[in-house]
Amino acid sequence: MSYTRRSKDELAQRVARDIHDGAYVNLGIGQPTLVANHLPAGIEVILHSENGILGMGPAPSEGQEDYDLINAGKQPVTLLPGGAFFHHADSFGMMRGGHLDICVLGAFQVSATGDLANWSTGEPGAIPAVGGAMDLAIGAKQTWVMMDLLTKKGESKVVAQCSYPLTGIGCVKRIYSDIATLECNPQGLRLIDTVDGLSHAELEQLVGLPIAPAA
Amino acid sequence: MGRVGDRSGRCWLLSIESFLFMINKIAPSVEAALAGLPDGATVLIGGFGTAGIPNELIDGLIAQGARDLVIVNNNAGNGESGLAALLKTGRVRKVICSFPRQADSHIFDGLYRSGKIELELTPQGNLAERIRAAGAGIGAFFSPTGYGTELAQGKETREIQGKMYVLEMPIHGDLALIRAERGDRWGNLMYRKAARNFGPVMATAAKKTVATVHDIVELGQMDPEHVVTPGIFVTHIVQIPRVATQAGGIKKAA
Repeated sequence: MSYTRRSKDELAQRVARDIHDGAYVNLGIGQPTLVANHLPAGIEVILHSENGILGMGPAPSEGQEDYDLINAGKQPVTLLPGGAFFHHADSFGMMRGGHLDICVLGAFQVSATGDLANWSTGEPGAIPAVGGAMDLAIGAKQTWVMMDLLTKKGESKVVAQCSYPLTGIGCVKRIYSDIATLECNPQGLRLIDTVDGLSHAELEQLVGLPIAPAA
Repeated sequence: MGRVGDRSGRCWLLSIESFLFMINKIAPSVEAALAGLPDGATVLIGGFGTAGIPNELIDGLIAQGARDLVIVNNNAGNGESGLAALLKTGRVRKVICSFPRQADSHIFDGLYRSGKIELELTPQGNLAERIRAAGAGIGAFFSPTGYGTELAQGKETREIQGKMYVLEMPIHGDLALIRAERGDRWGNLMYRKAARNFGPVMATAAKKTVATVHDIVELGQMDPEHVVTPGIFVTHIVQIPRVATQAGGIKKAA
């Protein structure tokens, strides 16, 4: 059977669909940022930025950029009415203290039990940089990963054990990918959904790991 | 400074005395505020990307000339100016930061690759909390961040109520350089938007804290409910002209 992969926007839309009304959410740098464009109408979600913003709004219109008001990726943003600024120790206390409901991150690899590798490929000679990745991974009530399921070489990024350096252990609750949505549990993977035309058995074959049927 | 009805010389003398003994943290220049920084000092520098980076104070640090410095900042410099220019002088022995590698961090990258600078990489929240701990007199603390990763290697760990933690040590500064928005002669500070970032935490954690401000106001003109950093944490403030913060840390649009 043939199937069509979710585009980046369709994937962002799929993630956004699961965000509940009233949620405090941190969207990681890169692809997760797209989720903000697809939040369902009629719900109120408060976005957190690690550099001390709650109630972060969209990018300003051209000419209105203020580089004292930027997101974690250092891009200019806006503040919604009701938004607030606070210092870095408070900002990371919000993460570490379990106050954020959902954090959406990109990943190089995720293990079946929710270990996350997303900060370093461990390449020799590369300059390491971690930023807030490790704090985000373990801090929110739920950490979700958003990524393509396969590498460009066709290898599964969902693995039995991460080969890249770890960001956190057992911290990922869900994987939203271009072809399927999976849940990570201490016992292993469980299916949430697949794109049309992709069977459970085909997905298991691509991942190379057992996936329990959807609950 | 009570003025009594008579105009005797003694009364005049008293009021001059009381003027001289008033708290006045306003320094006449960056140079005056930074004088005496010894070689080998640990300098906490506020800012995230370019927001909140106290560029004028960093330029002052370059001019002041102290060597063998340990610099604590979230990043390791953008482009050619500010922190990047300080690194370029070769007077920085070590950087403690969370995210050195950026689209425009080529000065740090070159120094690091040629072994001319030491890097202590710390998850961003642990960095903020280690600074906070120093300012709050905490000897060390257990953080869940980084447990089981290579950034926790060699560190003490402990299971507390079923969860694993890593022992993290405080980061004390000899000097903190921060960018604020408004201040008064007691050193009370307010910040601007997300340029606040590390400023309030770093101000608490150094033996001496110097802040730049754009506005200096009289005591009482800042709403006490809006003071973010109370003056007890501030040694000097220096007024600087307002210059819009420039973009940094991102790929420039072609």
